[in-house]
Amino acid sequence: MSEKSDIAVAKFLEHTDSEAASFFEACVHCGECADACQFYLTSGDPKYTPINKLRPMERAYKRDKAPFSSLKKAIGLAPSPVTEEELYEWEPLVYDSCNMCGRCTLVCPMGIDIAGTIRKMREGYAAAGIVPEGLQRSAEFVKKTSSPMGVTIKALKAQIKHQEKATGIEIEIDKQGADYMAIFSSMEIMGYPEVLGAYAKLFKCAGLTWTISSVAYEATNVGVQIGSGPMAKEILQRVVDAAEVLEVKHVISPECGHAYGAIRWAGPNMMGRQFKFEVVHIIELLDQLRREGKIPAGKKDSRRMTLHDPCQIVRRGGLLKEPRKLLDESCSDFVEMKGAGITNFCCGGGGGVSANPRAEEVKTAAFSLKVDQLNGVENLEAVVVPCGNCRAVFEDGLDAYDMNLEIIGLSELIADTLEEDPAPQGTG
Amino acid sequence: MSYIAFVEGPLFLIAATVFVLGALWRVIGIIRIGRKKDISPPKGSEAVGFIRGNLRHFLPRGIFARRTWVHIVGGYGFHLGLFVLVLFAAPHIVFIDERLFSVPWPALPRWGFIIAADIAFAGLIMLWVRRISDPVMRLISDWDDHIGSWLTFLVMFTGCLALQESHVFLRATHMLFVDIWLIYFPFSRLMHAFTFFLSRGNTGATYGRKGMSL
Repeated sequence: MSEKSDIAVAKFLEHTDSEAASFFEACVHCGECADACQFYLTSGDPKYTPINKLRPMERAYKRDKAPFSSLKKAIGLAPSPVTEEELYEWEPLVYDSCNMCGRCTLVCPMGIDIAGTIRKMREGYAAAGIVPEGLQRSAEFVKKTSSPMGVTIKALKAQIKHQEKATGIEIEIDKQGADYMAIFSSMEIMGYPEVLGAYAKLFKCAGLTWTISSVAYEATNVGVQIGSGPMAKEILQRVVDAAEVLEVKHVISPECGHAYGAIRWAGPNMMGRQFKFEVVHIIELLDQLRREGKIPAGKKDSRRMTLHDPCQIVRRGGLLKEPRKLLDESCSDFVEMKGAGITNFCCGGGGGVSANPRAEEVKTAAFSLKVDQLNGVENLEAVVVPCGNCRAVFEDGLDAYDMNLEIIGLSELIADTLEEDPAPQGTG
Repeated sequence: MSYIAFVEGPLFLIAATVFVLGALWRVIGIIRIGRKKDISPPKGSEAVGFIRGNLRHFLPRGIFARRTWVHIVGGYGFHLGLFVLVLFAAPHIVFIDERLFSVPWPALPRWGFIIAADIAFAGLIMLWVRRISDPVMRLISDWDDHIGSWLTFLVMFTGCLALQESHVFLRATHMLFVDIWLIYFPFSRLMHAFTFFLSRGNTGATYGRKGMSL
C-alpha cells in the first residue's frame, strides 16, 4: 500500500454508502452492461465493460466494509488490497472511457447505477491526485477565473454586447431582484454566444426579468467531472451566493448536461441546505412558458431535423418529453433518430471525457455510433443538440467523420421560430 | 446417528440457521451502512420509484436484445424452473409438511417435475457456458460465481438422482448438498436473490425523486 492508494481507498470507503454497497452486493457479473457502453461497443474490448470500471472500489468495499469482511479477512478469503499500480491502470477506465451516461443502468438486471458510482469512485482518484492532465488544467482555470476555459467577465461582457447589438435587446448584468438569473457553460459563451441573444428574445417576449451575474456566470462544474466534492462545492457556492445576494427567484440551468445535475440535484446536498431560489432547466422553463402561451410558436423551421438526447438532461435528468414538445411546435419536419429517447447514445464526450485530450481517440470512436444514428435519418439537414458540451463534441465528431450537418441549440431554434410580434406579456 | 439422520437433522438445522441469520446479517449490514438524506427538492416520489425500479428491471429492453437474449432465456428458464422444483416437487412438499408447516398447494405430477427440471438445468448450463465462453463474462467472473453455479447444479443433480427415493444414500447426498448450499449462500453472490431489491430499489428511488422515467 502507498500513500496514494491509502488516500484513494479511504475515499472509496467513505463514499460507499448503502446505495453503492447494494450495487456491489447485487451484481451477478452477467456483463449485460457491456452492450450498453459506447466504449465497449466501438472497441469490443471487455475491459470497457462498465462494471469492470468499478473494480478497485468494489475490492476496497469487499475487503474493508462489506458485511462479513472481517471474517473473510481473518480466514484469508478477503480480496487483496488495492494498489497504486492498479489505481493507475484503472484511471483511463474511470476517466477516459466512462462518460457517465447511465445507459448501462437501463440494461442491468439489478438496476445498478454505475455512472453514479463512478462519480463516487472519482472522489478517491481526485483525493489521491490521480486525475487526467486535461481535467487538472480545467480545474486550474476554474480557480483563476471560475471558468474551465478561462472565460473572464470581460470576455462575457464582450459577447453580451455583440448579442445586444444583434437583437436590439439590452441584457442587464447584476440586476437586483430579477425573476431569473441565467448561468451558462463556457462552451456556450465562447462557442455559441447566440444563446445569449436567444434568451434575451425569449424572455422579453415572455415578459420575464432576468439577469446574468458578473461573478457567477459559469455553470460548468469541473469538481463534479473530476470527482472532487470540495471543488464542486466551491464552484457551486459562487452561484448560490450570487443568486442569493441578487435575490433572484430562479436560477436557470443552461443547455449543459452535467451542470443541471450539479446544481439541481447534487447542489443542495453539497451545500447542506436548500437554496433560497428555485433551480429550473432552460428546457423546463421554455416548455412552461410555451404552455402558458408566453412564447407562442410562429412559422416553423422547415428543415428536416432530429434531436440528440443529452444523457444528463434526458436519461438522468428526466426531461424527455419537454424538448420534443418544443420541437414539434418549432420544426415542421422533426424526425426521431433510431434509439432516441431514454436509451439514446451519449455524444461520447460526457463525464469530463471531452475535457480530457488523452481520451480523444476513444471519444471519436464512440461518436461513430452517433454517426450511424444520424445516417439512419434520410435527408437529414440539421440536428438539435441541447447541450453546449455535446455540441462541441458533435462539431469535432462530424468533422472527423466528414459529415456536413448543421448543429442547432434548442433555445436558439425556439427564439428563431417565435411568433412575430406576439402580444406583449409584461415588462421585459 | 445415520448419514441421512445427520444431514436431515442437526446439519440441516445448522445450515438453515446459518442461512437465515447470515442472510439477515448481510442485508441489514448493507442497509445499516446508511446514506445521507437527499435534501434536493423532489420532483416525484422515491417510494414509488423504489417499487417501479424493482418491477421495471424484470423486463428487458428490446434495444439491448443482441446480448441480453441469452441471459433472458437462460436466466428466466433457470430461476423459474428452480422455483417450481423447490416449491412444488412432491418430496419437498412432504419435507416441508413434516418439519415446517402444512403446505397448502398440491405437488407437481412427475411429468411436471421433469419439464421444470429440464428447463432449470438447461438455463443453468446455458448461463454457466456463457460465463466461461464470453470474453466479457470471463473477465468479470470470479471463483464465487463458479462455486455458486456448481453448488446449485449439484443440488439439482442430486435432487434428480434422489427423485425415485429408491436409495436413502442418494436422498442423503442431495440433503448434504442442500446443507452446503444453505451455508455457502449468505457469504456468496447467491445473495443476489435478496440484494437485488435493494439495488434496483435504490436506483429506482433516485430516479423517482428526479421524476425520471425508467
